[in-house]
Amino acid sequence: MQVVRLASETDFDGWRRAARLLRGADVSPDDALWTVDGGGDLFGQTTELAAAAASFTVPREFVEVAERVVLHSSGERFALLYRLLWRLANEPNLMHIASDPDVARARDMAGAVSKAIHKMKAFVRFRQIEDADEETYVAWFEPAHRVTEAAAPFFVRRYANMNWSILTPDRCAHWDKALLTFTPGADPADAPSEDALEDYWRTYYASTFNPARLKVGAMQREMPKRYWRNLPEAGLIPELVKAAEDRTSAMVRQTPSEPNRRVVRQAQRLSRDASFEEGAPTSLEEVVAGVDFCRRCDLWRDATQGVAGEGPAKARLMIVGEQPGDQEDLAGQPFVGPAGKVLDQALAEAGVPRAELYVTNAVKHFRHELRGKRRIHQTPKTSEVTACRWWLDAERRIVRPRVIVALGATAALAVCGKPTQIGKARGQAFQLADQAQGVVTYHPSFLLRVPDAQEKARAYAAFVEDLKFAWSLAA
Amino acid sequence: MASLDLKQKLAILSDAAKYDASCASSGTTKRDSMGGKGVGSTEGMGICHAYAPDGRCISLLKILLTNFCVYDCVYCVNRVTSNTRRARFTVKEVVDLTLGFYKRNYIEGLFLSSGIIRNADYTMEEMVRVAKSLRLDHDFRGYIHLKVIPEASPGLVNQAALYADRVSINIELPRDDSLADLAPEKDAKGIRKAMGSVRLGIEETTDKAIKAKPPKFAPAGQSTQMIVGADAASDGEILSRSAGLYGAYGMRRVYYSAYSPIPDTTSRLPPVRPPLMREHRLYQADWLMRFYGFEALEIASGDENLDLAIDPKLAWALKNRARFPVDLNKADREPMLRVPGLGVKSVDRMIEIRRYKRLTLEDVKRLTRGLDKVRPFIITDDWRPGSLTDRADLRTHIAPQQLSLF
Repeated sequence: MQVVRLASETDFDGWRRAARLLRGADVSPDDALWTVDGGGDLFGQTTELAAAAASFTVPREFVEVAERVVLHSSGERFALLYRLLWRLANEPNLMHIASDPDVARARDMAGAVSKAIHKMKAFVRFRQIEDADEETYVAWFEPAHRVTEAAAPFFVRRYANMNWSILTPDRCAHWDKALLTFTPGADPADAPSEDALEDYWRTYYASTFNPARLKVGAMQREMPKRYWRNLPEAGLIPELVKAAEDRTSAMVRQTPSEPNRRVVRQAQRLSRDASFEEGAPTSLEEVVAGVDFCRRCDLWRDATQGVAGEGPAKARLMIVGEQPGDQEDLAGQPFVGPAGKVLDQALAEAGVPRAELYVTNAVKHFRHELRGKRRIHQTPKTSEVTACRWWLDAERRIVRPRVIVALGATAALAVCGKPTQIGKARGQAFQLADQAQGVVTYHPSFLLRVPDAQEKARAYAAFVEDLKFAWSLAA
Repeated sequence: MASLDLKQKLAILSDAAKYDASCASSGTTKRDSMGGKGVGSTEGMGICHAYAPDGRCISLLKILLTNFCVYDCVYCVNRVTSNTRRARFTVKEVVDLTLGFYKRNYIEGLFLSSGIIRNADYTMEEMVRVAKSLRLDHDFRGYIHLKVIPEASPGLVNQAALYADRVSINIELPRDDSLADLAPEKDAKGIRKAMGSVRLGIEETTDKAIKAKPPKFAPAGQSTQMIVGADAASDGEILSRSAGLYGAYGMRRVYYSAYSPIPDTTSRLPPVRPPLMREHRLYQADWLMRFYGFEALEIASGDENLDLAIDPKLAWALKNRARFPVDLNKADREPMLRVPGLGVKSVDRMIEIRRYKRLTLEDVKRLTRGLDKVRPFIITDDWRPGSLTDRADLRTHIAPQQLSLF
């Protein structure tokens, strides 16, 4: 039996020298015993082998695998490598037979070492030394195999301009921005016990986890438990796993939430402003088609259809009402219901031909509430008027009327952009931003609702008067 | 609203970013911090620094610059109408967090995305400022992945690609009309155009014929993500969409993301448990297209869906028995790659071994994860499946146990 005494657990060069001598002297793998005693004098007293050194070559693949295998923590590694070396003498292609038991075992071990190096690169967690003169980081780590020296150059390349140390139970690596040095193993207490940023890291870890996709096995396959005690985030795992099912069920069971009101309003405002120039209709046909598909506010949901204006594209006078009513919503035309009848009558008395007017509404969908089986008119909200101004403004840009008559407060708001009192403002013209002249008057539905007959007649006369006035301005 | 501290912002903006599946930090140029002023290295293979209990790797600091968003995509927790808490990082906060995490070896780099604030250009510009500051002010040589906003102007996209290793634009949904329906502000055509221009940018800087090369342009290429299960698209549609994306835009990866319940859902898209098994099968199918020479149509066509109980390669083999058994001692690489249970690595090892010796069942056993699945489809020196290949009950014979992943 030939006993080999290697200098250290990772003494590849010593193993190589001894193995070369042993094979040269024809010592079979069964007769060689590999030990590590720190002396490094290989054969101790029995040195007669030294003379027998023979030179032979081995495949490059073998050396590559052997260098890795030596870092494995298994006790059989030196013997296994020698057995492979021995067999290579007669089986030069052995390393290509991945399915050979010795080759498979060596490759497995080399793979485990590579994996341990990779995991070391992944799982080392530096902590900053507080109050150090220069930014300095120290990590405590327990690798799966003896890979500290093999992994250290990676940290040099990555953190070349940083002072750092990685402490492990059997080997420590240190970098001072110039030189990589190694010292014997250390104790966890030699590394800092905390780092202010770890709390942020844990916050990130917990937040990036999706409880609806719990796959603990997949996590553990890649992040084995043996590494957990040195990972600041791993302490959170049991709690995250435990709460995951409840969090998921709660999400699946939840009732859909109402859209955030404030944000919806803001978004509608934004989209109105942003799209004002782009994509605005350039013909009345586009307005008719577009209004029906409009989603700028929510009124479309309960309405039959969007009702655009009607009349010649070159009309000199534009009449703007409030919104389509019950009849208009069904017919798809403005002013065809009771209010429309009043308007038609007044226009006739004022001598204004409706066929020459462009008649439209401030809001294009019917706002109402259901009472029993009847749809009751509701005044549109300011937000709806504002949203729909996009269409009215488009109609104004296309038709370019000389005069615009706003019927009632809602129309006045849409046309002028500010609240206007009809009683005070009626009977006179004012300048609008788009160079048209503005006139405000009562809405025909208002005239229908005035209870006192005398008052009603007075208001109706004023209405006819205002229409006549506007028509004269437009002439 | 009380102002949020940095930790609260981090919680909100990493939670908001987690529905993006991409985590890769691989495939970029090799570089390190030697001779520089800052930190950072990339060496081809990416590193996963941690794994969350969802089994997903944590390689990059994956966050949004802000989760304020003017878009209203119904599948997204950050849509404008959602009641989720909102936050916004400053450029400096993102830069400091990235460097702080990086120096402690928590991450490979940064994956920055964002809700759309004001407009696409403004948002893209803010994201570029983060990358630019990391690269120029801090000489950061780690990995940067930037999400590209397809509506942003090409000049800004080019700048993003200049500082980032990878850029990505999400296709979001397999069908164009479901995108129009569920994400009204997004435009499938615009998304494809942006992907196209990224591809052209990448090719310009890697064109061997050009001597004076312009600066690196997203050296780790581009990727995209498709949400699975939010619309009615079949696996066949999804795979042919993927095949198109790989072909047309040179995608490095198409990620599939099972539609996952989000806090604060809308009635338009009720919450469901994520179809994780379906997602898993799609990844397997994607793998077959990229590394095993399968065409999308061979795996699933039209309105077909993948078999959830068995992997798509086995499913294909069971439907194409006439192409088996394959003689492992004689066959070309391509037919060997189609044998269920044989991976690229084991096939290549077999091809190497058979230069020196004849393969036996014992060899196959050592090179694979088990013989049961392989045996009916192969011939070795000491094995012929005989009638086993054509047995009617082969499927239950091979895959008796049912699903474990849900």
